[in-house]
Amino acid sequence: MKLTDDEQRMLDGGEGPAVHRAMDLLVRYGEALGAERLVPVNNVCGTFVAAGPMIREFASKGNDAIFSEFNLDSTERVEMPQVKAYTCHLVMGIDSKHPEMNQGLEETVRIQKEGEKFFGAKGVNMLATCTPYQVGNVPVMGEHCAWMESSAVIYCNAVLGARTNTEGRESTGAASITGRIPYFGLHIPENRVATHLIDVKVPVDDMMDWGILGYAIGEMVEEDIPAFRGLVAQPNMIKLKHFGAAAASSGGVEMYHIPGVTPETRSEEYAFGGRAPLTTLVYGEAERRIAYEKLNSTAKSHDVDFIMLGCPHNSIEQVGLAARLLEGRRLSANTSLWVFTPRALKEVADRSGYTALIEAAGGHVLTDTCPAISRIMPKDTKVVATDSAKQAHYLPAITGVQAWFGSVADCVEAAVSGRWNGGLR
Amino acid sequence: MSTIVLHGRKVVGGVSEGEALVTRETVSGWGGFDPRTGKVVETRHELCGISLKDKVLVFPGAKGSSGWSQYFHLARLAGTAPKAILYNRTTTKVALGAVVMRVPAVTDFDSDPLDIIETGDWVKVDADRGVVEITKKSA
Repeated sequence: MKLTDDEQRMLDGGEGPAVHRAMDLLVRYGEALGAERLVPVNNVCGTFVAAGPMIREFASKGNDAIFSEFNLDSTERVEMPQVKAYTCHLVMGIDSKHPEMNQGLEETVRIQKEGEKFFGAKGVNMLATCTPYQVGNVPVMGEHCAWMESSAVIYCNAVLGARTNTEGRESTGAASITGRIPYFGLHIPENRVATHLIDVKVPVDDMMDWGILGYAIGEMVEEDIPAFRGLVAQPNMIKLKHFGAAAASSGGVEMYHIPGVTPETRSEEYAFGGRAPLTTLVYGEAERRIAYEKLNSTAKSHDVDFIMLGCPHNSIEQVGLAARLLEGRRLSANTSLWVFTPRALKEVADRSGYTALIEAAGGHVLTDTCPAISRIMPKDTKVVATDSAKQAHYLPAITGVQAWFGSVADCVEAAVSGRWNGGLR
Repeated sequence: MSTIVLHGRKVVGGVSEGEALVTRETVSGWGGFDPRTGKVVETRHELCGISLKDKVLVFPGAKGSSGWSQYFHLARLAGTAPKAILYNRTTTKVALGAVVMRVPAVTDFDSDPLDIIETGDWVKVDADRGVVEITKKSA
């Protein structure tokens, strides 16, 4: 790889041992990709705190050791310097403010709080959400970023027109203290054009429709870039957030085009960069039903224990909708309801009275994490209902529960009755 | 015994050998693989329940969460990682995963390894030279 004089100096240790290790990782990574050079980045979203259940085992070695191993792939322990790029923290392992989640995990709460303090002091902004774009980190079109979190990456590329590959914990760690990432994939304009045309033959309107479409398309195109024909109803942030999260779960979609909606897509021809699509695929009634059935393939029992809303983290509008659907009602004695939103938006939900309505019904508004990341659910949960295709995909694999996928209204009804009566309508 | 030789591009250097485990389905890290056991846990994956530990994993590429590299990084620390990986499609997930797994890795082959290598074949990987030598189990 070709390095600039500045990059060579960082590699040679001119900015200390941590930056040397970071640059060494970026060079190994860039060569593994076949990249020719690095690109400057000043917007990094990654994971630093020893949050995940497995990494906690390493926490006794201290935060510099955690940073060295998991953020720089360095066996040698180096001291973390101040970050060089604007850096935000994604989801964490636990919601340290809410005892409902903490079930005897005081040690984990302590580790997370110490981690927040340590990495915060190094300049990592504790957004603590999978949706940084909902709480102030909104990159502009063309901005080079280094983001983790597949649902945020696809939003960043397609909806915002900024440029990031799906980075990992190690590469975002290295980017945070060097301000560099390999110039590869979606950083390069020619790689951002569509490959597959998806001819949508059924109406796609509400959030559930968008989730199912995303789940179907992820399986169809895997890592490729779809462009859509026939999506007539105007989507909003919530729908595209769910659509992208689903497409990045069943497949590895990082970029898509909707003519007239996504900023790099003036027209269908423009989406393909003047070339013909490699292939055209149809999304019709059959494809919709198959994707819905796959999403519900783990569900057997109609008796639901746990309802999870807010994957990716809910917007304030979604928290408000859940609150209105629950107003004056009471959860079944057999169910728990957790609604996840970024902590910054929880403040808004508190002030707007939404938290009180949800709590009056017996539910909880939680922040910072989710059941799939934390592996924490109410005790003895066997059957989950969720409005998230992403959570319905991952929770059964990670925790062994059954999962129902449906609309927000279906989920709220299940919370109140204890029975799943959702379906494809 | 007949051997077949493939040539590709080095992703991560080193030399290793082992029994092939082949899948035509892309592989998930976080949410689809358990580093404590080395097993695939994605419910609808053809390898669900099968361990990748000490295998030469032959697969189309990575999919899913950005936790891919971290989970295969944890597999290295837990001793459950594959011995080498051979794949077709380069993405940031699989490339970073290979780097932090620190096992020999090769891609960009002269012929599709998914057409040539079958589960159970013995595979020698010399990633520094980009050479993969396959001894068929049925030969």
